[in-house]
Amino acid sequence: MSIFINRAGILDTFQDLGRNGFRKFGINSNGAMDKTAVRLINILLGNGENEAVLEMHFPAPEIKFEADTAFAIGGADFGAELNNKPIENWQIQTAAKDSVLKFTENSLGNRCYLSIKNGFTLKKWLESSSTNLTAEIGGYEGRKLQKGDKIPFNSKLQTLNSKLQLKIARSIIPFYSKFPTVRIIKGAEYQDLTALSEQQFLSNDFSISANSNRMGFRLEGKPLHLLNDKELVSTAVNFGTLQLLPDGQTIILMADHQTTGGYPRIAHIIEPDLPLAAQLGVGDGIGFHIISLEEAENLKVEFEKDLSFLKMGVRFNSR
Amino acid sequence: MNKYKIYPLGESAVTIDFGNIISFEINDFVINLSNRIEKENFKGFIECVPAYSSLTVFYDVFEVRKNDDNFSSGFQFVENFIKKIIESLPKSKKSKSKTIEIPVSFDKDSALDLEFVAESNNLKRKEVIEIFLSKTYRVFMLGFLPGFAYMGELDGRIASPRKQTPRTKVPKGSVGIAGQQTGIYPLESPGGWQIIGKTETELFTPDKEKPTLFQTGDLVRFTEIK
Repeated sequence: MSIFINRAGILDTFQDLGRNGFRKFGINSNGAMDKTAVRLINILLGNGENEAVLEMHFPAPEIKFEADTAFAIGGADFGAELNNKPIENWQIQTAAKDSVLKFTENSLGNRCYLSIKNGFTLKKWLESSSTNLTAEIGGYEGRKLQKGDKIPFNSKLQTLNSKLQLKIARSIIPFYSKFPTVRIIKGAEYQDLTALSEQQFLSNDFSISANSNRMGFRLEGKPLHLLNDKELVSTAVNFGTLQLLPDGQTIILMADHQTTGGYPRIAHIIEPDLPLAAQLGVGDGIGFHIISLEEAENLKVEFEKDLSFLKMGVRFNSR
Repeated sequence: MNKYKIYPLGESAVTIDFGNIISFEINDFVINLSNRIEKENFKGFIECVPAYSSLTVFYDVFEVRKNDDNFSSGFQFVENFIKKIIESLPKSKKSKSKTIEIPVSFDKDSALDLEFVAESNNLKRKEVIEIFLSKTYRVFMLGFLPGFAYMGELDGRIASPRKQTPRTKVPKGSVGIAGQQTGIYPLESPGGWQIIGKTETELFTPDKEKPTLFQTGDLVRFTEIK
């Protein structure tokens, strides 16, 4: 039982929710860019939330299922088709042996996820199946997928069951957009911005530069300045940290960010809003809205509670 | 311990910052604090990341909030937990460390920037090597790449700025210097440090239980392969 890559996409890697516990050795967490999408489709399929999924960019791969299975797609809308028939994201789908999954257009978002019921069979490295492209390890042979790759999965589906037509409610799916405003909390050096720079920072006038990847999104906008230019010794940084670079531009650290950095930290995007940033592509816009740390914590707690309800709902419906 | 600041690094991490300085004493304290927090632990704790003069603690704020109602926020709970440990830690205690020897070759093919470092400091190649080998260095932190150690302090006589334009490929094992720091590239990678030599020692061993040779606080002596 496996999937076969008829044609590779530009960057298809296996990711889970990240590799924790090894940052102090310089080993970054990696993991999916849009963790909410991964958790949602895994929950939908009855998988563990941390089950490894295939993260795809556009152009996306063409995939053949070599056995009957159930699967789900989430994150970006790439116009998925199964055997040339359009299928919806966020819904359990079933594929008969030899079915072909392909993606026809990049309609919204930039990272699309494929999860399979019971998961793929991958060798874990340091407790995670996420691909570390720099160290060339983890995921599937430490690299992006190529034509002809054959990745085994664990699906034990006996018969194709049409009762599996579960779908995730619209209200819990991130509200993706090409110009989202994301909520942030202030970073340690926020207070050092000049008054004018603070105004510019909050003017919602940034776009994603071409020089962006899974490590970080460089933003283009009016340059920002600190009251005093600071030389900082390196400290740990986080997924969603906004750093101010020496040329006055900012960078959002993404899933493959280095563990440490020495640039001023202007802000941190709150976790529930990270997927909105993670789905952006070159030229898309982004704005920032400051909230308090307490609000950020409350939003995270509410979000986790919503996910628990979804989990209970799925369990109830699959009985 | 002297003054410090605690601030959030997102809603699921806090940084304890002991000032923007590089010192053995502060780095020792950071390491001791890190070890104690790992040992004592709390529900929702994920990991500690020691740096030069700061420690960052990552946690799952949902778990923290689920398990403690006495604090108005997860941040407050973690802050309180850390403050108590800081108060109980001895102020000056050397952290445990091991000394690791790294054989380096300084031949022309490996030491890509040795000439530049010598010239810009008005020294001969041989003198740069002598000065470099004369000291024992300390691993202040790991970062940048798996197993990449930031080591110091380099003798001021051989200190060198980063390259204006970073190399797109620095060979694995290259020994570099930047300012008064030195470090070894565990993997081939882009990089802007001045390369003065190369080692065959493996710094990143993904298949072993301990994936990196160095850890924060270790001492490093370089020797010359002739």
